Amino acid sequence: MNKETENLRKEIVRISGVNPVKCMRCGKCSATCPAYDEMEYHPHQFVYMVESGDIEPLLNSKSLYQCLTCFACVDRCPRGVEPAKLVEAVRLAAVRKQGANHLKADDIPALLDEDLPQQAIVSAFRKYSK
Amino acid sequence: MQRIGVFVCWCGSNIAGTVDVQAVSEALKNEPGVVFSTNYQYMCSQAGQDIIKNAIKEHKLTGMVVCSCSPRMHEATFRKTAAAAGLNSYMVEIANIREQCSWVHKDMQIGTEKAIILGKAAIAKVNLNAPLVPGESPVTKRALVIGGGIAGIQTALDIAEAGFPVDIVETKPTIGGKMAQLDKTFPTLDCAACILTPKMVDVAQNENIRIFSYSEVTEVKGFVGNFDVKIKKKARYVKEDVCTGCGLCTEKCPQKKVPNEFNLGMDNRRAIYIPFAQAVPKVATIDPNACNMLKNGKCGVCAKVCAAGAIDYKQQDEIIEEKYGAIVAATGFNPISMDKFDEYAYNQSKDVITSLEFERLTNAAGPSAGKLIRPSDGKHPHTIVFVQCVGSRCAACAEKGKEYCSKICCMYTAKHAMLTRDKYPDTEVYVFYIDVRTPGKNFDEFYRRAVEEYGVHYIKGMVGKVAPEGDKLMVQASDLLANKQLHIAADLVVLAAAIEPDKSARPLATMLTASMDTNDFFTEAHPKLRPVESPTAGIFLSGACQGPKDIPETVSQASAAAAKVIGLLCKDKLTGNPCVAHSNELMCNGCSSCERVCPYGAITYIDKEFRMPDRTTRVRRVASVNPAVCQGCGACTVACPSGAMDLNGFASKQIMAEVDAICK
Repeated sequence: MNKETENLRKEIVRISGVNPVKCMRCGKCSATCPAYDEMEYHPHQFVYMVESGDIEPLLNSKSLYQCLTCFACVDRCPRGVEPAKLVEAVRLAAVRKQGANHLKADDIPALLDEDLPQQAIVSAFRKYSK
Repeated sequence: MQRIGVFVCWCGSNIAGTVDVQAVSEALKNEPGVVFSTNYQYMCSQAGQDIIKNAIKEHKLTGMVVCSCSPRMHEATFRKTAAAAGLNSYMVEIANIREQCSWVHKDMQIGTEKAIILGKAAIAKVNLNAPLVPGESPVTKRALVIGGGIAGIQTALDIAEAGFPVDIVETKPTIGGKMAQLDKTFPTLDCAACILTPKMVDVAQNENIRIFSYSEVTEVKGFVGNFDVKIKKKARYVKEDVCTGCGLCTEKCPQKKVPNEFNLGMDNRRAIYIPFAQAVPKVATIDPNACNMLKNGKCGVCAKVCAAGAIDYKQQDEIIEEKYGAIVAATGFNPISMDKFDEYAYNQSKDVITSLEFERLTNAAGPSAGKLIRPSDGKHPHTIVFVQCVGSRCAACAEKGKEYCSKICCMYTAKHAMLTRDKYPDTEVYVFYIDVRTPGKNFDEFYRRAVEEYGVHYIKGMVGKVAPEGDKLMVQASDLLANKQLHIAADLVVLAAAIEPDKSARPLATMLTASMDTNDFFTEAHPKLRPVESPTAGIFLSGACQGPKDIPETVSQASAAAAKVIGLLCKDKLTGNPCVAHSNELMCNGCSSCERVCPYGAITYIDKEFRMPDRTTRVRRVASVNPAVCQGCGACTVACPSGAMDLNGFASKQIMAEVDAICK
């Protein structure tokens, strides 16, 4: 692992408060995930890839925005690893880069829709931009 | 003043390689009390021991110091040598100049300096040593086994075989334990009942064994060799010596709707019942919570049909008091509750069952007479999903699961899967696993047979949720090797629930002053070298109460515990360890600090009369140590605020003298 990756890994671990080494690779997070089929990288892969420093593919993956943050994986993980918090931290690492906002204010009018609660838009805006 | 001899050992080159032994023996010659000092190549050899013996006699030694290996290694050897030459064994001190000196230093000068300091410390201690004589206590030649499962049965049989009387105390109406509920046993697939019930009969027929079924231990007092135990024999409302076990009452009893605990509530029993056909003792028991006669005095059918006249509605609990020399804990295990695992829908669907329930469903004596059916509709299941590690290896939440591996689930699930495929080849069987752990004789071969010969689908991954939908159970799981999420419509889901120690173990451990770990398993005296003994003298451990175990391991441990009990009961007198605590009653302020920290329950408080200087008497509460129970750990000497507690052979004064010698 080069120094830059190592620093990124440490940063993600620190932001998330998740210790990926606690994972025993049971896959219950991915078994429980309702967004599994939408995701390129699945919750258990997030944990393993952060642990092994293979973070670059995660930063560029759409999976970051497909996680519903429903916390089912956090609730059911038998080791208390809390994968959703790790996904969140990787997402933060991505959107905090200059110009990397996933959702910009200008995008919002196009997304408006009668059935969509405004709260969801506010929440998404907070989540996907810095 | 003592006359001390110093014997410095070379241990070949082990010590002499890094320590100048000649310099050490020369330097120690001038210490206070030393009248003789020498060194030799192997002090523990016969020739070395002769040097010691001759020196003791020639120089009239009253104490000696051996500078050699760890006392764990040869303290006993040199104590015997001293005793053979007429010197009290407890006047021998070992200065460890091997493990703690020559082996950790490379520099000869430093090593030698340290060896001299260690020698000086030991000499300073011997100067204050006093001869000690171990006490003796008698042994009651009877053993108590608490728990009547396969562990308790095996221990009792082995002790009885050696000719000692044994009592088994079992809380259930019959002995047999969990093994009696099982169908087949891995890895040879013998029928559990076929190998267990003959042993139960052996127990019943053995003249040396008494069974107290439907009973529990309520009080334990005393110490190794001399336990006083109270056993509560609960009223079963049936005279045990009169009942013939014909079972007529259990057919005629009108109260038919009592959940049958032996079948884990999957069918009903009567208010008067015999748990299963081969029960020992084969005696009926009335459930006071279900019996109409006992509840409101209206019924009495069982008394009318009983030809032997065994029914006694007025029976009372009986307390039996007995003395024992040794006690064996064999309280066993239970599967944990599945209530907290909402994701597996255990409480939502009758078709989500635990492995023990599956065991009853496939047992010929079970609720379905051995036919594998769905508990909800009685139909044959065509797709069965087994989930491993439900609650095992679960570190996230202590209320939900257990952090340890339950050890037996991999094997019994392989057995269930294999037997299902063997009997019902039209059934698809999936096993979701995290790791398959099969360390045991013929275990891995067994698991591979399930996969290779019986076509069980083993999938690496965990089940995330089970959702009842119509008459199906929708199982959502991950297949980690294929990196896929699976959705299986199953007919039956079997959960391999973690196992935990029986609830009775914790209060029992308190009574026995036996220590437990955080999971309520009994702790062994040494995890490798004394695995069947509790740190409390006279208490032994058998079976799953010490940790998760399968049947072969349980039986081995049960026999091992029996061997230890027999070794104890064979002795007429027990020689104690004289290095025990004692309290200076004049200094004791009766604060109870020592009693609270004592892990062995060796300290009690007594009211004692003291003569005061003005010739009046005063009663004071003072600590009293039972030397037969005390193991000499020294916790009390540290806890005592007034310095009244001291340890023979390791008195505070002696330890301080050692420290002073080192710091000089």
